[in-house]
Amino acid sequence: MTETTDPRPGLRDARSWNMETSLPLMYSFVHGEELADMADDRDDIMVLTADLATSNRTNDFQHRHPDRFVDLGIAEQNMTSVAAGLASAGFVPYISTFASFAALMCAEQIRTDLAYPQMKVRVLGHHSGISFGFYGTSHHATEDIAITRAIAGLTVVAPSDAASTRALLRATVDEPGPVYVRMGRGREKPIYDSPPEVSRGRFQLVREGVDLTIIATGIGVQGAVGAAGLLAAEGIEVRVLDALWLKPFDVDGVLAAMSETGGILTVEDHNVMGGLGSAVAEVIAESGGSTRFRRHGIQDEYALIGPPTHLWRHYGLDPAGIATRARALLGS
Amino acid sequence: MSSTSPPETTSSRLDRGRVLTAQGLAWRADWVRLKTVELVEIAGSGHYSSVFSCAEIFAALYYRALRLDPKDPQWADRDRFLLGKGHAAIGVYPMLADLGFFPDDWLADYARVGSRFGDHPDMRKIPGIDFSSGSIGHNLSVGVGMALAARKQCRDFRTVVMIGDGELNEGQVWEAAMSAAAFDLGNLTVIVDENQMCLDGSVSAVMPVEPIVDKWRAFGWAVTEIDGHDPSSVIEALDALPATDSSVPTCVLAHTRKGAGVSFMDLSLHWHLGYLGEVDRADAEAEITARMEAGTSVPGGSR
Repeated sequence: MTETTDPRPGLRDARSWNMETSLPLMYSFVHGEELADMADDRDDIMVLTADLATSNRTNDFQHRHPDRFVDLGIAEQNMTSVAAGLASAGFVPYISTFASFAALMCAEQIRTDLAYPQMKVRVLGHHSGISFGFYGTSHHATEDIAITRAIAGLTVVAPSDAASTRALLRATVDEPGPVYVRMGRGREKPIYDSPPEVSRGRFQLVREGVDLTIIATGIGVQGAVGAAGLLAAEGIEVRVLDALWLKPFDVDGVLAAMSETGGILTVEDHNVMGGLGSAVAEVIAESGGSTRFRRHGIQDEYALIGPPTHLWRHYGLDPAGIATRARALLGS
Repeated sequence: MSSTSPPETTSSRLDRGRVLTAQGLAWRADWVRLKTVELVEIAGSGHYSSVFSCAEIFAALYYRALRLDPKDPQWADRDRFLLGKGHAAIGVYPMLADLGFFPDDWLADYARVGSRFGDHPDMRKIPGIDFSSGSIGHNLSVGVGMALAARKQCRDFRTVVMIGDGELNEGQVWEAAMSAAAFDLGNLTVIVDENQMCLDGSVSAVMPVEPIVDKWRAFGWAVTEIDGHDPSSVIEALDALPATDSSVPTCVLAHTRKGAGVSFMDLSLHWHLGYLGEVDRADAEAEITARMEAGTSVPGGSR
């Protein structure tokens, strides 16, 4: 190859960037670093990727533990089943690829080779939801919560920022079966100052309030926090719950929101069918009680393409859009 | 249709084997590179180098080899082109506009909210795109289905699928290869853009795919090797594709260089995705336009 050290060969303009120089932009992709730290203390952790080490920053792990890193090339299904084999021999493999490939293309491998035999494989599905923006429908994943929740024996978690990524990786490392980790695009702003004390199967309380509860996941948490700020200025106090765990699910958290606050709005960058909203609806319906309730997300359609932040605004997943839905739900 | 109706117009049809000189192809390939640089500027990021490796092949397909009808993109007898390496679609859009599939100004909102045109091609939104792609490894199977359909319908259209060498990592490619030979699909061609690079580095380092020729032959395909940057070589290979009623599928293995045509991207480890600021964009455009004005082509050779 022509060069290995200079990341900007031949470039003169400070605005130019390439794969190497774009890595720091993905500041919330801390999983490579965190897993490398964890692997310092235990010898069973491995990290696998499918030609995306530079895109998902698993090269942070590769640099520190090259002997426990495997790049399978562009072969996601192979990677998933290879991980099953590694797990059967005692390793805890973390496999990483775009959520659209991890959860959709490899759904059958996850069910048959990971979940049913209870292999301790952790699937890192990054760039979930519509965070891939104009890279298009093939790269969007607005179905992965529905698919993974329906697979028996699979734990499903969804960090909302860097700190919660660290917390959830630590909290799930010894889960007896496989885990699906639904991740964003690596540019999620901080929700937590430091890794939160997470509790298995429980929402994380981000902000307390009594007028309404917003239960959000992933990129929706950023918007929900912003919306709560806007609504507070209008005298509406919102409880914001971060659904870090999608399975097992926080039934008690939903019931408490029903009894203690004036309604529930769910927010997700996922199809409202089969996603977080559906999970909350199941709890409300089976409780025998009732509350004001709306599912906010992608309404059973293929999203438009466009820059991610513009798309979130278009679909009302930004603070203003969420606040609008909250006001409508409260009839104010 | 009654016998008194006027005959259906065929004036917009483009036949196979249109006139395109080697020099004309080299110019058109660099035009594709230039248009790619322009479109990435709108989006703020893009896959320049994945287009640069196959620009000559794109130009030869759309300006000579494929039978098309820009005014009737759904014409049942058109040749099909599928881009398995869908992230190079940004190089196809300007050709489709130039040939008249849609107005040029449609491209002005490339990658903006609600645009038809994103990084990967969308058949539901873009006239002239025969099938969507983006998930690496699917399109050769889709091409097998199209070629099989031609047989079932007694149509003589050709199906051409371009895939990357990294794409050969995907198991589905080989399932497709096996079935194409089993179904005697001489009307199917795969072009492997062997640009030597995938996202994480060189294909030979990440997940080697050699010997490519032996693999396709073992799967029952005829293989032609070309220098994918040599205009004459590209034209000859596409002109020599077998008749569509023949029984052996063809693999054109094109030796290319990811990033070819802009010196600082040529086989660079860092340019799978990126963005050129104004100064570097001017450098790249100057290098490309100098060749177009001089009537020269990108230096050949795969290394």
